[in-house]
Amino acid sequence: MELYNCTLEELWQRLEKGEVSSFEVTRSVFKRIAEVDETIAAYLEIDEKGALIQAESADERRRKGDATTPVTGIPLGLKDLLSTVGLKTTCGSKMLADYRPEYDATVVTRLREAGAVITGKLNMDEFAMGSSTENSAFNPTRNPWDRSRVPGGSSGGSTAAVASATAIATLGSDTGGSIRQPASFCGVVGMKPTYGRVSRYGLIAFASSLDQIGPVTLTVADAALLLGVIAGHDERDSTSVDTPVPDYYGNLKQDIKGLKIGVPKEYFGVGLDPEVEAAVRLGCRQLADAGAQFADVSLPHTDYAVATYYLLATAEASSNLARYDGVKYGFRAENTDGLLDMYRTTRAQGFGDEVKRRIMLGTYALSAGYYDAYYRKAQQVRTLITQDFNEVFADNDIIVAPVCPTPAFAFGEKIDDPLSMYLSDILTIPVNLAGLPAISVPCGFTKSGLPIGLQLIAKPFAEETLLRVAWHYEQMAGWAGRRPELVTKAVN
Amino acid sequence: MDYEIVIGLEVHCQLLTETKIFCGCSTHFGNPPNQNTCPVCTGMPGALPVLSRKVVDFAIRAGLATACEITPSSVFARKNYFYPDLPKGYQISQFELPICLGGHLDIEVAGESKRIGITRIHMEEDAGKLVHPEHEHGVSYVDYNRACVPLIEIVSEPDMRSAAEAVAYLKAIREIMVYLGVCDGNMEEGSFRCDANISLRRWGAPKLGIRAELKNMNSFRNVQRAIDYEVERQMDILDGGGQVVQETRLWNVDRGISMSMRGKEEAHDYRYFPDPDLLPVVVDAAWIEEVRQSLPELPVAKRQRFLDDYAIPLADAEVLTADRAMADYFEAVVKLSSSPKLAANWIMVELMKFLNDDKIDITQCPVTPQSLAELLSLIEDGTISGKIGKQVFAQMYSAADNNPRKIVEDQGLAQMSDSGELEAMIDEIIAANGDKVTEYQQGKVKLFGFFVGQVMKKSKGQANPQMVNKLFKEKIG
Repeated sequence: MELYNCTLEELWQRLEKGEVSSFEVTRSVFKRIAEVDETIAAYLEIDEKGALIQAESADERRRKGDATTPVTGIPLGLKDLLSTVGLKTTCGSKMLADYRPEYDATVVTRLREAGAVITGKLNMDEFAMGSSTENSAFNPTRNPWDRSRVPGGSSGGSTAAVASATAIATLGSDTGGSIRQPASFCGVVGMKPTYGRVSRYGLIAFASSLDQIGPVTLTVADAALLLGVIAGHDERDSTSVDTPVPDYYGNLKQDIKGLKIGVPKEYFGVGLDPEVEAAVRLGCRQLADAGAQFADVSLPHTDYAVATYYLLATAEASSNLARYDGVKYGFRAENTDGLLDMYRTTRAQGFGDEVKRRIMLGTYALSAGYYDAYYRKAQQVRTLITQDFNEVFADNDIIVAPVCPTPAFAFGEKIDDPLSMYLSDILTIPVNLAGLPAISVPCGFTKSGLPIGLQLIAKPFAEETLLRVAWHYEQMAGWAGRRPELVTKAVN
Repeated sequence: MDYEIVIGLEVHCQLLTETKIFCGCSTHFGNPPNQNTCPVCTGMPGALPVLSRKVVDFAIRAGLATACEITPSSVFARKNYFYPDLPKGYQISQFELPICLGGHLDIEVAGESKRIGITRIHMEEDAGKLVHPEHEHGVSYVDYNRACVPLIEIVSEPDMRSAAEAVAYLKAIREIMVYLGVCDGNMEEGSFRCDANISLRRWGAPKLGIRAELKNMNSFRNVQRAIDYEVERQMDILDGGGQVVQETRLWNVDRGISMSMRGKEEAHDYRYFPDPDLLPVVVDAAWIEEVRQSLPELPVAKRQRFLDDYAIPLADAEVLTADRAMADYFEAVVKLSSSPKLAANWIMVELMKFLNDDKIDITQCPVTPQSLAELLSLIEDGTISGKIGKQVFAQMYSAADNNPRKIVEDQGLAQMSDSGELEAMIDEIIAANGDKVTEYQQGKVKLFGFFVGQVMKKSKGQANPQMVNKLFKEKIG
C-alpha cells in the first residue's frame, strides 16, 4: 500500500519502529498531491519544500532519540484560516489573498512543536461562511466521491484532502457544522471538540462564541491522536478552558456496555433523506449490539436553532470582520476618494456575496431598536437549546443523529437559495450553540455511492466517551478507510 | 430669562499600568511609532484579547475611592465603529454591566459642600493615533502604540449646577486618581480628559433640557471657559425662543468658541454587544477586600488628619495634601522634628520655591526629609538663626553633601551664644554710640533695633538675637 493511503495511527507506529521515514511518507503525500489535487483542488497553497525540511528534522528527532509525539513526521494539512508564519492565510477571501501572518496560531505552534509536517493550506468557504466550499474566492473544491458534487463546507478542503489522501489528516474549524458536514459528505471522520477545548488563538474568527478547531481524519483513532496534540488550555485565549487533557487514544478500546444513548426525535423529521435515515438507524442497532442502551429523547427547541444561529453568528461576524478595512493589511481598493470611499470600495470589492449578506444580517440584528428583538432574544433561545441538551444528558451519555439531512449535493444546487443552504445545517448547529463536542463518523453509502455520516454528541468535555463510542461503532460498521476511485495524473 | 444649568461629566483616565489592557505590550509613552505593538493590539486576524488583572485592580481602586458598588460580574462589550486608529473596527469597552456602579464624591464650592453622584465607572481600551505629516499631501499614518492602553471612564450624574462646580468636581476626581496611583492626571497630554454634557432648564422644570456634549477641553481653565461659553450659547437660543439641538461640540482653545462636530442624526449606532472573546469579569469579596486594604489615605481624610494632628492652618493643609508625595515628605519631616508649623512653612516657602525654579517635583528633591528635619532642629535649638538657615538650605539643595550640621560646623555658621564674647561686642557699640544711648534712654525706644542691628552686623549675622536683646536690656535699661 502506498504510504499516503495509511492512517496516522499506522504511520506513527511504523515511524516509531523505524520501518519508514517521515521523508518517505512526505514524498509519498506530495506525489499524491501532484497526481490528484488538480482534479479535487483541496489545496490553496502547497508547501513541498518546507514540508520536506520539516520531515527531515522529524527524522532527525527520531534518530537522536528525542521525545516524539504521534504526529512527529506526519504530513498534515491546515484549513486556510489557521494563521501560519511563512504561509499565506487567505481565509478563502480576496480580502486576505496575499496576507501572510506574522504569528502562528496556537494549534499550529503545538503541531510544529510536536514535530508535525505541514503540507499546505486548504480551501474553504470565504471566512468559513458556507456549507459547500463554493463560497471560496479562489476556486471550488470537488467531492472526491463524485466530482460533480460539493465536498461540503466550510472545511471542504480539509475533508476532501483526507478523502483523496493528499494529507494524512487535517485540521478544520466548525462554527455551525463546518467540520462534521463536509466530513459526512466526503466519507471521513470529522470532530468538533467542546467549545474551549482547543485554543482559538490565531484562528481567523467567523463567530467567536461558536468557532472551534477540530481534527479531520480517516479513522476515529486518528482523530483521538490528533486531538490529543492540539487540545489544552492556552492563556492567549480567554475562552479556552483549563481542564486536563485525557489520553483519548489510550482509552478508545474500553467497552461501551451500559452506556446510554439518546435518539432525539426532532433530528429524524421532515426533509431527512430516507437513505440517510436508514443508514443512521442501522448504526444505532449496531451500537445496541455492542451493549449500548437506547432511549428516545426530545430536544424541543431544535426548530429554533437555525434562526438563532443565523442571528448570533452573523452579529458576531459583522463585528469580527470590521477589521478588514484596507487600512492595515490585506486588500485595499485602488483609486478611491477619501477615507469613507476607501472603506466602502475596499469592502465592496474584497468580500464575496455571502460574506456581505451575513455582515448585513448581523449589523441589522445589533442595530439600535432591533437588538432586543433579535440579538437578545436569540441569546435567550440559545440558553433554552442548551437546557434541552442538559436535560437529555442528565439521563444519557451520548446523543446519536444524522449529520446532514442529505448526502452531498451538486454544484449550484443551493448556492442561489441561501435559505435552503442554511437549513441544511439544522442537525449540526444546535451542538455549536450549546458548545458540545460532536463527531461525524462514516456510516455507509447511498445507492449512488455517496458517503453518509453518523453524528455522535456528548456532554461538555466528554470527548473521551465520544471518541470511545465512535471507535466501537467504526469497528463494527466497517466503513473506515474506504477510498474513492480517483483519476490520477502520471507524475515522475 | 433665568435658567438652571445642568452639567454631567464623563472623565477618561489613562491608567498607570506597565502593560496594555489586553496584551503584554508596554504602555511607555514616547517610543517610536508602532514599537509597542503586537498582533493583539494591532487587531491582526485571529488574535485574541486577554484581560490584565492589574487593570481590574485599578478600576476597583477608583470605584472604592468614590464610594461605588463593585459589580460581582461585569461584562466587556464591543463598541463598533470604523476609524483608522481603531484596529479591530470596534473598541472593547463596558456597556450594560460596568465594573463600578452608583458612587459619589463630595466637593466644596464657595465654602459649601455638595455631593455629586457617580453613575458608573467602566474599563476600556484606548485607540491609536493618526499622524498627518504636513509635507506629504494626501498621506496619513497610524501609530498604534496607544491602541489598547487601558482607560477607565468615570461618568457622573447630571448633578453640577455651574462651571465652578464642574471644575471643582474634576479637580477632586483628578486629585483622587493621582493619589490612588491610578492615573498621572496630565490634562495637556490627554492622560486625564473630560467631556461635558450641558443643558439648561427653567427653574423648577421637572424635565432636563436638551443637552449638548462638549469635547476637547484640555485644562481646568478651558473646562471653565467652554462651559461658560456653552451656557451663554444655549441661553441665547432659549431666550430667542429657539431650541437647543442635541449634538456634540468641539471646543476650540485658540478661538475660545465651540463648534458643532456632529448632530444627533450623524450620531453613531455603536451596536454594542457582549464581547464573545472575553469572559465576564468576576470580582469576589476577597479581591475587593485585598484592594481596599491597599488603598492609600485619600486627600480629604488626610487634610482633616493634618488639621487634627499637626494643628496647622487649613490653607497649609490644603497645599501640603495636594500631592501625595508632598504630604508624605511633610510627614517624614514632622516625625523627626518638633514643630509641624515650622516644617510646613519651610516646605511651602523655601523648598517649593527651589522645586518650582527647577521644575521638578518632590520625589526628585535632593534634600531628604531627614536633612530638612535636622536643619529645622538647628534653628529651633538656637544653633543657627532662620536667616542663616536659608543659606544652609540653599547649600544643602545644591551640594552633594546635604548634612546641615556639617555645613554649619565647616563654615562656622553657628550663632554666637557666648555671653562674654557678645558682651564685649555690645560694650564696644555702646561706647562708640554714646549719643544714641542717651537718646534711647530719654525715650527714643525705636533705637533699640539699631543697637541690635549693629551687633548682627559685627557678628556677620551669627549673634543669637535673643541673647543680644537680653544683654542690651541689662546694660542700657
